[in-house]
Amino acid sequence: MKLLTVNFLTCSNKSCSSTAEAFPLKIEDAKLAIQQMELKPEFLRNIIPRVDWNALLISTRQLGNNSLPEEKPELTEESDEVLLKSLHNVLLETEITEAKMTCGNCGHIYPVFEGIPNMLLSEEEI
Amino acid sequence: MSRPEHIAPPELFYNDEEAGKYNSNTRIQSIQAEMTERAIELLDPEGPSLLLDIGCGSGISTSIAESYGHVTVGMDISPSMLSVALESQEVEGDMLLADMGNGVPFRAGTFDGVISISAIQWLLNADKTCNIPQRRLNRFFETLYSSMRRGGRAVMQYYPESDRSQQMILDTAKKCGFAGGIVVDHPESKRQKKFYLILQAGGMRTLNTSEMSVEDEKVNAKKRKLKRKHDMSTREYIVHKKDLNRKRGRLSVPKDSKYSGRRRKAAF
Repeated sequence: MKLLTVNFLTCSNKSCSSTAEAFPLKIEDAKLAIQQMELKPEFLRNIIPRVDWNALLISTRQLGNNSLPEEKPELTEESDEVLLKSLHNVLLETEITEAKMTCGNCGHIYPVFEGIPNMLLSEEEI
Repeated sequence: MSRPEHIAPPELFYNDEEAGKYNSNTRIQSIQAEMTERAIELLDPEGPSLLLDIGCGSGISTSIAESYGHVTVGMDISPSMLSVALESQEVEGDMLLADMGNGVPFRAGTFDGVISISAIQWLLNADKTCNIPQRRLNRFFETLYSSMRRGGRAVMQYYPESDRSQQMILDTAKKCGFAGGIVVDHPESKRQKKFYLILQAGGMRTLNTSEMSVEDEKVNAKKRKLKRKHDMSTREYIVHKKDLNRKRGRLSVPKDSKYSGRRRKAAF
């Protein structure tokens, strides 16, 4: 699972959607992998305004990476390739293959296995 | 046509054997691919987008969407189907194991567009006592609406079981804020007939309807009803029906007279 998806993913539970603690899901025991992908500058320009930078900072710190800047970088037409490449690397090429993701509100643990998070809830939680 | 919804819930129906068919059966693959191409054509995204594929299954539709340069996130309830997708390694995007009836677990304004091929008819299934179709529909469309960017479009191909279920899906979607309707491809052929539910989450982008047959269900139904009511009370209709019944050999057909088809005087 890419960090981009983690940045958009929320708890499946209905009551958690409106609380602030529920997002982002807390990542623990993560195993990472790098999957090469083609760089798509246009897509990055489209998606970066929607990325929640604070949540991304929290997620990357939980994965042990403190190298991201505090402020969201501005992407323009002339943005240099180095910036694009580093964003592409963080958001799209970094894969979480195994982890436990915990909701900060209800405490449900979503396991990630082979890169696929299990977002199913039990009958009582629906 | 057999309906897998009648056989078992999706997470059980799409077991290893059924999922294997999606990998080996070229007929399934070509139909799915064709419908995906059409769905993307209807979706008409502006530039490379983040798309959600609901009921991605073995990833046929997901990989096609990726070939157009989009980044995708797929969700499906069947682990077997997802493992087929993992094995084939054609899908670059992420996949989730999730139940669409529990909602789309993404924060507001995530996706530029949504596609779904042959999936949302499963929403009307109640396989467990905790599954109430109307509640699942509500939850699905509510969360879908919020997870989409304003102006984003969702194109969902599905197999409606009856007019009632179709109306139920469309009504729920509209109640949750979507604008949209149903496009029917190949309406003349029973086998090839395909329904695409097209929903628009806010914004002002008109659908290019020049080459499509768009049915406005409500208006048509109203017209049909009006017409029938009108016809039934006329003398010609009554005489015609009587003739028909006489030809069929019914014995108790009343005689035609000058009073046939006339209204009675109002009772005191």
